[in-house]
Amino acid sequence: MEKWYLMTVVVLIGLTVRWTVSLNSYSGAGKPPMFGDYEAQRHWQEITFNLPIKQWYFNSSDNNLQYWGLDYPPLTAYHSLLCAHVAKFINPDWIALHTSRGYESQAHKLFMRTTVLIADLLIYIPAVVLYCCCLKEISTKKKIANALCILLYPGLILIDYGHFQYNSVSLGFALWGVLGVSYDWDLLGSLAFCLALNYKQMELYHSLPFFCFLLGKCFKKGLKGKGFALLLKLACTVAGSFILCWLPFFTDKEQTLQVLRRLFPVDRGLFEDKVANVWCSFSVFLKIKDILPRDIQIIISFCFTFLSLLPACVKLILQPSPKGFKFTLVGCALSFFLFSFQVHEKSILLVSLPVCLVLNEIPFMSTWFLLVSTFSMLPLLLKDGLLLPSLVTVMAFFIACATCFSIFEKICEEELQLKSFSISVRKYLPSFTFLPRIIQYLFFLSVITMALLTLMTITLDPPQKLPDLFSVLVCFVSCLNFLFFLVYFNIIIMWDSKTERNQKKVN
Amino acid sequence: MAALGIAAGSANWFTALALGVTLLKCLLIPTYHSTDFEVHRNWLAITHNLPISQWYYEATSEWTLDYPPFFAWFEYALSHVAKYFDPEMLKVHNLNYSSSRTLLFQRFSVIFTDALFVYAVYECCKCIEGRKSGKELLEKPKFILSVLLLWNFGLLIVDHIHFQYNGFLFGLMLLSIARLFQKRHVEGAFLFAVLLHFKHIYLYVAPAYGVYLLRSYCFTAVKPDGSVRWNSFSFVRVTSLGLVVFLVTALSLGPFLALNQLPQIFSRLFPFKRGLCHAYWAPNFWALYNVLDKVLSVIGLQLKLLDPSKIPKASMTSGLVQEFQHVVLPSVTPLATFVCTLMAVLPSVFCLWFKPQGPRGFLRCLILCALSSFLFGWHVHEKAILLAILPLSLLSVEKADDASIFLILTTTGHFSLFPLLFTAPELPIKILLMLLFTIYSISSLKTLFRFASPAFICYFLCFCWLLSFKTSRLYVCCEGP
Repeated sequence: MEKWYLMTVVVLIGLTVRWTVSLNSYSGAGKPPMFGDYEAQRHWQEITFNLPIKQWYFNSSDNNLQYWGLDYPPLTAYHSLLCAHVAKFINPDWIALHTSRGYESQAHKLFMRTTVLIADLLIYIPAVVLYCCCLKEISTKKKIANALCILLYPGLILIDYGHFQYNSVSLGFALWGVLGVSYDWDLLGSLAFCLALNYKQMELYHSLPFFCFLLGKCFKKGLKGKGFALLLKLACTVAGSFILCWLPFFTDKEQTLQVLRRLFPVDRGLFEDKVANVWCSFSVFLKIKDILPRDIQIIISFCFTFLSLLPACVKLILQPSPKGFKFTLVGCALSFFLFSFQVHEKSILLVSLPVCLVLNEIPFMSTWFLLVSTFSMLPLLLKDGLLLPSLVTVMAFFIACATCFSIFEKICEEELQLKSFSISVRKYLPSFTFLPRIIQYLFFLSVITMALLTLMTITLDPPQKLPDLFSVLVCFVSCLNFLFFLVYFNIIIMWDSKTERNQKKVN
Repeated sequence: MAALGIAAGSANWFTALALGVTLLKCLLIPTYHSTDFEVHRNWLAITHNLPISQWYYEATSEWTLDYPPFFAWFEYALSHVAKYFDPEMLKVHNLNYSSSRTLLFQRFSVIFTDALFVYAVYECCKCIEGRKSGKELLEKPKFILSVLLLWNFGLLIVDHIHFQYNGFLFGLMLLSIARLFQKRHVEGAFLFAVLLHFKHIYLYVAPAYGVYLLRSYCFTAVKPDGSVRWNSFSFVRVTSLGLVVFLVTALSLGPFLALNQLPQIFSRLFPFKRGLCHAYWAPNFWALYNVLDKVLSVIGLQLKLLDPSKIPKASMTSGLVQEFQHVVLPSVTPLATFVCTLMAVLPSVFCLWFKPQGPRGFLRCLILCALSSFLFGWHVHEKAILLAILPLSLLSVEKADDASIFLILTTTGHFSLFPLLFTAPELPIKILLMLLFTIYSISSLKTLFRFASPAFICYFLCFCWLLSFKTSRLYVCCEGP
């Protein structure tokens, strides 16, 4: 493409921001005995390197599952093993069995941060660049601006390079999956998504839209001919990739069951810690966890989740389109985040990725959502000592979006993709023209609340009787925002009619 | 909302660039900082606690005050803000004190004072001619110049990682250049005089200012063939310039003159005992001279032409005070370097006198003065290359020839700054930022002038030169006593 140099510059900016954020503290730094996610990743390198595969997911004297036991699927374990081999080459003390527990040093931090950067550079960033280059009907300048904004999304940078995780791997694979499936490279796309799924089981949030979209494609091609062939090929690809990843664990039924038990800890309860989903926010008023028994909790959460995502998924099966697919990814992931079981606040990243993908279609709402998603993780970021990088990256992201997309000039019905919805409502309520203005006011309200809460959390001490006051408030406010977005995205999906798309093509 | 949209949207790409680089500077806060950090903390302490009469005599710390008085006053002003961050940093005996609040204050003070640099860049953008206006934003000379100046790699790593206050100083210089372009000569002279009393390194380019102002401002008219019309000499103008310079100097050195401290100040400002080369060799002529001397001495030793016992043991690269003698080639004295610099500067100064080409001619002379002083000066820091790179950016967006020279100078100059950051965590930052700036500058200037791929042979040769220079320095260090 022309202006390749600008794309390179954008990638370099993204990498620079990532590395400078990584100079800050990580989760659990200097906090024995448990430390944090950083120590967990180091521990997994220790376990996978020193113990045979059969013992990775089992409790033993060498592998105490209470101390950061492996609870991600096998691909994470293989990745840790790879990193461990490199670590062994540089300094074996980093992964020595037992003795390396709680190991912290500048050199080790540099090594761990480098592993994140390399994984990001190999998987996530190329996917983003390719995605932006393949966007249709927009100018080169807009593609580059899009790439800049996606790469500057603060949430992913702060969690991966600050708190310390490898979300860019699973999200990167998922993005490759989206790319493949959107541009009719179905087999490769589903292979990529299976890899994402085998890296982090949270990618299940994205699995339904993939399934529905591919099923819809098969139906469209006709179940008696090409469609059926495609369905078979997809099934084989999925099965094959799973077998390949889980091969060492399929030898024994107990192995498979134990891994599944580690991945889906159903005994752990509806939610743990503060998270911006409905159950946690609702428990402010009514302590559901204490009132209802565990199985009822699971059933209720299941029902709510599936009821909220069913309409979009059904529509995707009946009318598969790349645009519908992306929006359904958002809706589905958001439904899972809000209503599902054992959700962690970092799972919002699973919603943020699809929202990044629709940034160029609804820049204003996407920017708003991505800001809220970063805000919802504020307590976690403050705990990790990432205040300054958080503020800076959020401001940088906001400025980038505001400049590249001129978001404040795009708040009208058509730009918000609410035209067909408004027209339908105006059949019953002719004076329903104030929707954009309501949205503007809500935006201001949301931003002011978030700014105020951030200020309060930083400067004030919570009252003694309510030590978690600010965290709970942050979760509550974020949850309200997310519910609004759930409704909004579902409206877009349901009212995105063929006629509207044809209208656009004619125009 | 629409008003906000217009403000935030299309109109202000400059604000977005300035804000963007400011945020990047904030991200660089936790990076490595050099001893210059302690230098400035010490100066905050000295100016805050001691009376003026002690400022240039205080020597508790090894990092004594060696900048002119305006900079000392600047530190004094900063110290009054510093006390709200962490009063402990203002204690003179708290050597190497660097609490997190101290770090935050110092870094933010650099970022904040860079506002002057941003303003100066804004003024400079107004001075350059927009070729073929109406083109796409990214290809406008103003946009490219803004990026080249605001996001300059050298300035970023020297100011915001290594730690110095060059941002606002270069802001003063660029602003004075802009004023000269805008024909506001007295203002330009005033700003330059002030700048000199902030950091005397800008003396390197004083000849350009002096000659240009005399020739193009004090002589109000020219003969048809371009030479000076002697009877158009304006006493008013020369007096106003003289008055401005005199007042600034009086304000700066006056108090110290009254205290009879001028000799002490001069000895602090011009420490000729420091040796021909700085600890990190600036890639100038004397570095090559040293290498040649070393090579010849090694050859001499091998061929038994030299007596090993007679070779002096002084190292060439130690930090503060180093005096050494060359073994084979004649030793270099400060006077010798001055003469060499003068000879290098004379051709451009003569051109400026005999054939002035307006402000652009002045700018070229300024750049040449900076480069000559860099190449032949005594105890030159490699950071001084920025004195040539930043003004050259202004010319690079107007003419293709200047652009090619700029690209070579900037790439090699920036690469020569690499040894300033030698810690492992900063390695990716310096590589990424260098790539960012280099790729952008080459590609955007290439697009602007549509010239054929820059002579990569040229780059390759420069690269080889730099590489060989670095390896030879390494060799000398290893072989040295």
